[in-house]
Order: sequence, then structure tokens, then C-alpha cells
Amino acid sequence: MSVPLSHVLILASVLFAMGLGCVVAWRANVIMMLIGIEIMLNAVMLTFVGGSAHWGIADGQLFALMIMALTSAEVSLALAMVVYLHRRKGSVNTDDFDSMKG
Amino acid sequence: METTLFYILSAVTVFGTLCAITARQAVRAIVYLVTSFFALALIFYILGAPLVAAFEVIIYAGAIMVLFLFVIMMLELGSPEKLPKPRLADWWPAVILFLAVVGSVTVIAASRQPAIAPGFTAISVREFSQALFTRYGIAVEAISMQLLFALVGALYLGRRR
Repeated sequence: MSVPLSHVLILASVLFAMGLGCVVAWRANVIMMLIGIEIMLNAVMLTFVGGSAHWGIADGQLFALMIMALTSAEVSLALAMVVYLHRRKGSVNTDDFDSMKG
Repeated sequence: METTLFYILSAVTVFGTLCAITARQAVRAIVYLVTSFFALALIFYILGAPLVAAFEVIIYAGAIMVLFLFVIMMLELGSPEKLPKPRLADWWPAVILFLAVVGSVTVIAASRQPAIAPGFTAISVREFSQALFTRYGIAVEAISMQLLFALVGALYLGRRR
């Protein structure tokens, strides 16, 4: 196994940048924004696992597992919110939710 | 062998993610993303994390993405479930951010010679679970409380009134 850690980190940062671009480009659509957040969290998990493999300590993998648990909680709440908003306004477009004049 | 596999899998991951973020329909984006997550799970396996790889397939590709699919199909987003395309003005900041991040990473990677790879060490499941349940017991409790709160919140938001 002779992949340098820097290549793992480069892959993780490219994935993170793609997730960030997804969130920014699709900021009119709630579901695509959530998908972008998923991509970013996966890039962070890749960083943790790569560090864990590089230094030979299990802590990075533990944090990856905790990110996964956090993500499942976050996604269940966010999708419940999407269903609730869709029931109220009949759309998932963020421009329709402007009653706070923000 | 594993090195080649790593580069092939990273190409699959990047390509799947790229297809996912430019897809016109949300369902297609989810399917591309599942492909990319499978490749990412294999990368985790190569990096010596078999448990994280299994959880990636089971929880991410199996549960979270199916939850996304379920919600997309449950909501009536018009037929077919086509998303309104982001305006061209929306793409500019995204592309600039992407290029800034990738460019800075490339500069960092090019300016420094890569250290001689010492080789990755695999971490056994025994070591993993020992650390999880002895040193990080409080974190496990916190995560379980968090999942419980998320469950209650989702039930509250999803009830019919």
C-alpha cells in the first residue's frame, strides 16, 4: 500500500469543493442543498479515515462513525422539515419561504 | 495493485459526484451519489477501515440515500421530477469557490515534495471497538441521545394536524 497521504487529502478536498459548489449552485432547491452537505460530510470522513490509517490510531475511524450517526440524525430532521414545508407551501424552492423577509 | 485500485476508485468517486451535482433530476442525482458512495466505501476498505466501509454501504447508501429517494418520490415535485435548472448567475460563485479550493490544494501539493509513504496500517475491528467502548463511552451516550432527539423531532414535525 503506497498511496501517500497527500493524495488522499487531495481527493478529500476535491470532494469537499464539489459539495460546496453543489450547495452554492443549487441554493434555490432544498433537496440538492442537502445532497451537497452529504458530499461535504463524506469528504470529511475520508480525511478522518486517511489520518487514522496514516498514524495507525483508531480515533479517526471513531470520528468517522460519529459523523455518520450525526448525519443520519441531521438528514432525518431535515427531510422531516422538507416534508413539513412542502405540506405548507407546496414547493421546495427556498425563494418561496420568505415570510421572514430575510 | 492496491495503489492502482485507489486511483481508479477515486476517479469513479469524483466522476459520480460530478454527475450527481449536475444532474437535472433529483432521483438521478441520488443514484449517481450511491455509485460514488460505493466507490468511497471501497476506498475506506483499502485505507484499512473495514468497519467504516461496511457502515458507509449500510447506513449511507442503504439508509440515508433511500430516505432521500423516499422523500423525493413522496413529494409531488411535478411530473417528471425535474428540478428547475439553476440560473447561470447561480453557477458563478460555485465555480469560483471550487476553483479557489482546488487551486490552493494544487499549489500546496506542488510546492512540497510528497513524503515517502510509510504505508498505511490497517486497524482491526477489535482495536476499533475497544477504543469506542472504553475511551469514547461518553461520546457513544451523546450520540444515542442525539439520535433520540432527532427521532422525537422528526415525529413532531411529521405528525398530521
